[in-house]
Amino acid sequence: MAMLEVKDLEVHYGVIKAIKGISFEVNQGEVIALIGANGAGKTTILHTVTGLIPSSKGTITFEGNDITRMPGHKIVYLGMAHVPEGRRVFSQLTVLQNLKMGAYTRKDKKEIEDTLKMVYQKFPRLEERKNQTAGTLSGGEQQMLAMGRALMSHPKIILMDEPSMGLSPIFVEEIFNIIREISKSGTTVLLVEQNAKKALSIANRAYVLETGKIALQGDADVLMNDESVKKAYLGE
Amino acid sequence: MSFISYLINGISLGSIYALIALGYTMVYGIAKMLNFAHGDIIMIGGYTIFVVMNTLGMPPILGVLVAVVVCTILGVTIEKIAYKPLRQASPLAVLITAIGVSYLLQNVALLIFGANTKLFTSVVSIPAISLADGQINLSGETTVTIVVSVVIMVGLMLFIRKSKTGQAMLAVSEDKGAAELMGINVNATIAVTFAIGSALAAIAGALLCSAYPTLTPYTGAMPGIKAFVAAVFGGIGSIPGAFIGGILLGVIENLSKAYISSQMADAIVFAVLIVVLLVKPTGILGKKISEKV
Ligand SMILES: Nc1ncnc2c1ncn2[C@@H]1O[C@H](COP(=O)(O)OP(=O)(O)O)[C@@H](O)[C@H]1O
Ligand SMILES: [Mg+2]
Repeated sequence: MAMLEVKDLEVHYGVIKAIKGISFEVNQGEVIALIGANGAGKTTILHTVTGLIPSSKGTITFEGNDITRMPGHKIVYLGMAHVPEGRRVFSQLTVLQNLKMGAYTRKDKKEIEDTLKMVYQKFPRLEERKNQTAGTLSGGEQQMLAMGRALMSHPKIILMDEPSMGLSPIFVEEIFNIIREISKSGTTVLLVEQNAKKALSIANRAYVLETGKIALQGDADVLMNDESVKKAYLGE
Repeated sequence: MSFISYLINGISLGSIYALIALGYTMVYGIAKMLNFAHGDIIMIGGYTIFVVMNTLGMPPILGVLVAVVVCTILGVTIEKIAYKPLRQASPLAVLITAIGVSYLLQNVALLIFGANTKLFTSVVSIPAISLADGQINLSGETTVTIVVSVVIMVGLMLFIRKSKTGQAMLAVSEDKGAAELMGINVNATIAVTFAIGSALAAIAGALLCSAYPTLTPYTGAMPGIKAFVAAVFGGIGSIPGAFIGGILLGVIENLSKAYISSQMADAIVFAVLIVVLLVKPTGILGKKISEKV
C-alpha cells in the first residue's frame, strides 16, 4: 500500500472546478515530483492534502488513515509536513522561535533539541541568524527556514511547494542538494515545482499536471526524455 | 498635591480601560476583527455580580468569580455562534454583526433588569489610604484597581511568552494557514483568545462598577468605546500598547476633568487620539502592518 494515496480528487473554488478528478500515489521513501505550468493546480492539491482547503470529491489516505475530512492541524500529528508556497515564515518571530513553532506537535524537549541540532547542521546559516527576526532574512534564507521549520516536526513525509521559486541559481542548487539529503535520511518527499528540469533530476517518479488534470505520469528519467515534456516544460 | 491625587485616580481609571482594551486588541490581533460587543460583556459582568451579591446575598469574591465564568462562557459562545461562521466573510459583515450582538446584549439586559439604574455594592472592602498628611487620599477601589491590573498585565505577558497556547496565539495572529500547518488548532486558539478577553472584561466590570457604582444596560457602552480608542491609541494588536494606551487615556481624561472642564473631557480625549494618529498612524507601539495577500 502506498504511503499517500489520492483518489479521484476534485476541488472547487466557489463554482470553479480547479482540480478535476486526479489520482496519484507516493510510496515510502520516494521523491515524487508534481510539475505543471502556473495555475495548473499544484498548490491547490497540496493545500487539499494537508487539510487547508476542503475537497468536493475523492479520498486522501495517509498510511491507511482516511484524512480526506481531517482538519489540517490533526494531519500534522500523523507525520505530514508542508513547506508552503511563498515560504510563509512567521516574519515577526525570530528564526529560533520559528523553528520551535515547527516542533509544536512534539513534547520531548530532548528530542526537539536533537532535531534542532540536525536542522542547524543542514542550515548553518540559520544558526548564525537564530536571534534575527525572520522578516529580515533574504528569500533564500527564508526558504531554508521554512524547510527547517517543517523538519522540526520530524515528519514522515514532507510536501514542498516551489522551494526554488524566486531564488538565485546558487540558492536553487543548495536547496535541491538539501532536498536530496532529506530524502536520503529517510523522509518521503512530494515536490511541486515549475522548475521541471531540476525536479525531474532528483525525483523517482513524476506527474505532469495540466489545468487540474494529470496529463502524463511515469519514471522521472523516462519523462525527462519524453518529447512533449521536453517541449512544454524543459524548454528544449 | 491634588495633582498627584488626580494623576493616581487617572491611572486607576486608565487601568480599567487597559483591561478592556486588552480584550479588544487581542481579539483584533488574532481574529482580525473589531468586537464591538466587548464593552457590553462588562455590563453583563456587572449585573452578574449584582445578582450574586444583592439578590442571592453571597460574598463579593464569589460574585466576581461567577461573573468571570459567565462572561467567559458568553464570550466564547458569541464567537462560536456569531463570528465563526463569518470567518471568510468581508470585514464589514463581521463589524455589522458585532454591533448587532452589542445591541442584543443591551436589550436582553433591559428585558431582564429593566431600564432603572441599579445601585452597585462595591466588591472592594479594603480601607482608603491617606498619604502625605492627608493631602493625598486614595480609595480602596483605586488601589485595588491598579494592583489587579498590573498583576494581570504581567501574567498575560508571561502567558504569551512562555505557554504553548501563547505561542500558538502569536502564530495565529501572523498567519492562520501557516499556524495550522504547524499543528496549531486555529479555531481553538481564537476561542481561547475570546475567553481571556471576556474574563478580563468581567474583572474590568467589577472594578468599574465598584468605582462608579451605578448599573444600567448601557454601562459598558462608553467605557467600551474608550477602551477601543485606548487600543488604537497604543497600537491595535499590541498588548503593551493597549496597556499604555489605557493608562494614558485615563490620565488625560481625569486631568482634563480636573483642570479644564468635565464636560469637555471626552472631547479632549478624542482630540488627543486624532493628533496621535496623525503623527503616528499605527498608534504608539503599533508595528507597520505589511498586509500579506
Ligand atoms: N483562492 C482562490 N480562489 C479562486 N481561485 C483560485 C484560488 N486559488 C487558486 N485558484 C485558481 O485555481 C487554479 C489552480 O491554482 P493553483 O493551485 O494555485 O495553481 P499552481 O499552484 O499550479 O500555480 C488557478 O486557476 C487559480 O486561478
Ligand atoms: Mg502554486
